[in-house]
Amino acid sequence: MTVPQKPGADAPELRVRPVEAADLGDVIAIDAEITGLEKTDYWYELFHRYGGGRTRQRLFLVAESGSVIQGFIIGEVRDWEFGSAPCGWVFGLSVRPGARLAGVGTRMLEAICDGFRHTGVSKVRTLLARDDSLVLSFFRSQGMMAAPFIPLEMDLD
Amino acid sequence: MKLQKSTSLALYSVLEFAANPGQQLSAAEIAEKYGASIHHLAKVLRELGRAGLVESARGVGGGYRFSGNAKRLTLMDVIELFEDISTRTGESDEFDGSSEVGRALGAVMEEVDEIAKATFRSITLDTMLKLIERQRRGAAEAKPSVQA
Repeated sequence: MTVPQKPGADAPELRVRPVEAADLGDVIAIDAEITGLEKTDYWYELFHRYGGGRTRQRLFLVAESGSVIQGFIIGEVRDWEFGSAPCGWVFGLSVRPGARLAGVGTRMLEAICDGFRHTGVSKVRTLLARDDSLVLSFFRSQGMMAAPFIPLEMDLD
Repeated sequence: MKLQKSTSLALYSVLEFAANPGQQLSAAEIAEKYGASIHHLAKVLRELGRAGLVESARGVGGGYRFSGNAKRLTLMDVIELFEDISTRTGESDEFDGSSEVGRALGAVMEEVDEIAKATFRSITLDTMLKLIERQRRGAAEAKPSVQA
């Protein structure tokens, strides 16, 4: 995930809306710019599963300024996973590096949280790499605190 | 992970200053509020000044005011002015790595420390001020209203 923000003067109004097929080129380019990997198949598959407002529980939104896609956010409501009551999970958030510090991440998070609220859940969670200080700081600045979960892993020999 | 007294004082101080940007506060005010020795606090403030986080204000009363960027400065940035926790590991601190048990316990402590360090790195002063405000509002809402 990648993010954060500050208002730019004379910037076109920012609009957060559901992703459309025509946005995928921008989404893939933003992700590739940030991660260094162009994952075209992955993004088309994700669009198929999360795009187009197929279910109220899955949200794939983009932030558009003028006709430029500045970022995207993806999440879904998951029921009873990890022993948790239904809650919203944000698992993808990226803002075009040149569009950061302008409130894009904040607006997208607000929009996806509104979507989660409409499904009746009252909590949102995310999971981040421990060394991803930039995005950790962003979510912290939005009021997120440590969740009562501990991620674990092991090598499969 | 236990922080040194100077580090705690630095965190208290820098948050006091960041909460009142532009306003000058004296070392005595902060020392009194947090029950610290003014001599100790003065040394801490000098270090914060050298790092450019506060600047001393001349004139009547003197004091210091915030000169950092609260949206960028993290708790780790402040902590590392006073102690090097970024390279600290559980193994070297509490447990003797010369035994198998010590090494295993050290690995667990290292895990705990890594989470603590990531937390300090991810929280800016601005985020801390928002957290303080949320706690203040929460406490005010939880307080039963008193009727005359």
